[in-house]
Order: sequence, then C-alpha cells, then structure tokens
Amino acid sequence: MATAVLRASLVAVGLVWTLAVQTVQAEDVKRYVVEGSRAAGLESCVEPTERMRRQHMEFIKHQRIATVHEGIRTEKYSLSGCVDCHISYDQERVPRPINDPDQFCGACHAFAAIDLNCFDCHAAVPNGARLDATAIAAHRAAGVGPLVQSRRDGEDR
Amino acid sequence: MKDENEASDAAVDPRRRAFMGVAAGVTAAVVAPGVLLHAVAAAPRSEAVTDDVRWGLLIDTAKCVDGCSACVAACDRENGLDLQSKPEGQSPLKWDSQRAAWIRKVKLQDNQTGRVTTLPMMCQHCEHPPCVDVCPTGASFKRADGIVMVDRHLCIGCRYCMMACPYKARSFIHEEMHGQLTAVPRGKGCVESCNLCVHRRDFGEESTACVDACAAEGHHAIMFGDLKDPASPISQLLKEMPSRQIREDLSLNTGVRYSGV
Repeated sequence: MATAVLRASLVAVGLVWTLAVQTVQAEDVKRYVVEGSRAAGLESCVEPTERMRRQHMEFIKHQRIATVHEGIRTEKYSLSGCVDCHISYDQERVPRPINDPDQFCGACHAFAAIDLNCFDCHAAVPNGARLDATAIAAHRAAGVGPLVQSRRDGEDR
Repeated sequence: MKDENEASDAAVDPRRRAFMGVAAGVTAAVVAPGVLLHAVAAAPRSEAVTDDVRWGLLIDTAKCVDGCSACVAACDRENGLDLQSKPEGQSPLKWDSQRAAWIRKVKLQDNQTGRVTTLPMMCQHCEHPPCVDVCPTGASFKRADGIVMVDRHLCIGCRYCMMACPYKARSFIHEEMHGQLTAVPRGKGCVESCNLCVHRRDFGEESTACVDACAAEGHHAIMFGDLKDPASPISQLLKEMPSRQIREDLSLNTGVRYSGV
C-alpha cells in the first residue's frame, strides 16, 4: 500500500514538474506568444523554429491553395494561426496589428526590408465576433473610431 | 515453451498492476477533456471538396417582401461588407453604384398588368460560369461543390468577369479596407461576389447568413441546400414548385432558382 502511494505521488510530482517546465518556457517567449494559446504549450511552432524562419512563406503559400480551392481548413499551416498565437495586446487589452513594425510579422519584415500585402486583405488581429453596424456608429459618434486598423508592412508611420 | 509462459503468468507482480492502473487513470484524466472538447466542436473540413454535392438556393418570390432587406444586411454583416464607407467627395449616386454588394434587392414590374415582384439577386453560381471563362489569370473559379468564387491571391483586378456576368453579381473594391474579418479576407484591387458563405460550408454549418436572416424575419423566402441530393428539402421543393433560372436562354444552369417570376 505504502509503495502504491509512493508511486502515485511520484507520478503527480512528474506531472507538476512537466507543467512547471512548460510555464517557464512560456515565460521566456511571452513577448511574441499569447499566453494560453496553442503555441504557448509547444516547444516550437508547427515546424522547428529554424525552418519556420526560412520557409514560413512557402508553407502558407501551399496551404492557401488547399484552403481556397479545396476548402480544407485543417491544414497544419495557416496565416490566421500566426495571428492567433503571436498577436500582442496593449495595456487596454486591445490587440496590436501583427504587421506593425514592432510586432511579430512586421518587425522582421521591416528589418528585412520586405513590403508585403498579406494584411491588405487578411485580418491583422483576431477578428471573429465583430461589432454590428449600430455599435460601430456609436463608437464613431463617441470619437473612438475603429479600434484596430491594418497597415501595410514597413510603411512609414 | 508452454510451461515457461505459465510460469511467467503466475509471476505477475500485483504492485506493477496497481501502478499501471494509476498511470492509466492519470492519463485518462489528462487526455479525456481534450478528446471530449474536440468531439463537441464543429469539425472543420479536412478533405478536399468533391462534386458529390452542389450547393444552391431556391428563392420563393411570393414570400419575398417589398421593403425588407434583411438578407442584404445579414450578408453585409457576415462578410464584412458593412466596413466600407463612402470616400470623401464622392457623389452618393456614384457610391451607390460602386460600393460592394453581394446581394441586391431587385424590383420587377410587369408594365401590362402592373404586378410587382421583389427578389434578392446574387451570384447565381452557374454550372458554366461566364466569369470563369473570361478570367485571364484563373482567379475566378468554380469549386467542386458548385460554388463560384474568386481566389484573391490570383485576381489582378481587370474586371473582365464583371463585364461577363449577366447578373451584375460582382463588385470591385476600389478603396483600402480596414478591420476585415478573419473568416473573410478582402481588400483593394480585387473583384468579389457571393460565395454562399463558403466559410460556413467548410465549418459544417447548415445554412447561409441570408437564409438565416430571412427565416428570422419570418418570411422563409430563401432555401439553401444540396441540389444533387434528391432527398434534400431544396430538391423536394424544386420538384413540386414551378421555378425558373434567370436568363435561362443563356443555358448556364444556375445554382440559384427563382419561383414566381
């Protein structure tokens, strides 16, 4: 009986340790990974970091054909997936457009002097349930305006 | 050989069994919530669309109410068309003709009898779409399940398809867009039109935004369904009710049918 209890507690300690390690890792990369997102629990993105850095554009280029023409929505790679995990929020918990020059996509693209137009069409912040027209009008009347606006990468601001 | 097996069976360590039991229990406790959540969530499409289905609409103009534009408003909300605003200095008339509209409410009058019919007009999702014929880049295409749509990655904004469409179903985006929806990417320089709420199709939802809105108003003038399935409600209704394709003289075999016109 005593050994069984000992074994059970060892298992529990092991589990807690695994969680703790994950949390510590997440702390390290918090700058660019949303807490609690899918990425926060992973060691690297959907591919090893080195591959992601060099080939992410190839991955999403192939995925977009599968998604637009064949309707496959469960591809491993996805631009909205980048946004979901790598968006960051300002102090009022308003998401910052991911292509801003100091954000996840924008910072690197600005450094590499690449001008892309992914976010001319794609949402640069997670934007699912949206305000309806009356709420938008109310925001405008109150002078708040649209909370989030996409900008082209690396453009002068 | 047999004896050895029996001997090892007899030597099973009960503590090992207890440990395995604990381990299995802990694993189940950790894994089960994930599995259950996964099963409850709507399943996004993981295999390519096939031509086993053909999506279409049946519009009963007798039930379509003059003055109601719930379908148009719902479409605008669903697809983010309500994000556009009139550029400064543009005349209201020009804005009215240039703003993106995936559904238009059209009023028909028979001049001899004076009978007025209203109907929603959107992309008719032709089997032989003229917009696809003329597209120089392959951006305008028909998906295997019958949805005619635009791949904006390939669209160069030449607007040939808008010229070719007999239904005036397509719109061109003239101005930069802001605040797009994640599910509906759209932007300046591309042509777009009704895609039968393709994001809803791929996530396994039942109907389209316009159908839901029409039903919520209590009119039930629009029905969505699979034209290829003889048992589907839309096929049953098409079998019973006289219906027409608009411009059937062009032999495009449209996926959107109208009754009472």
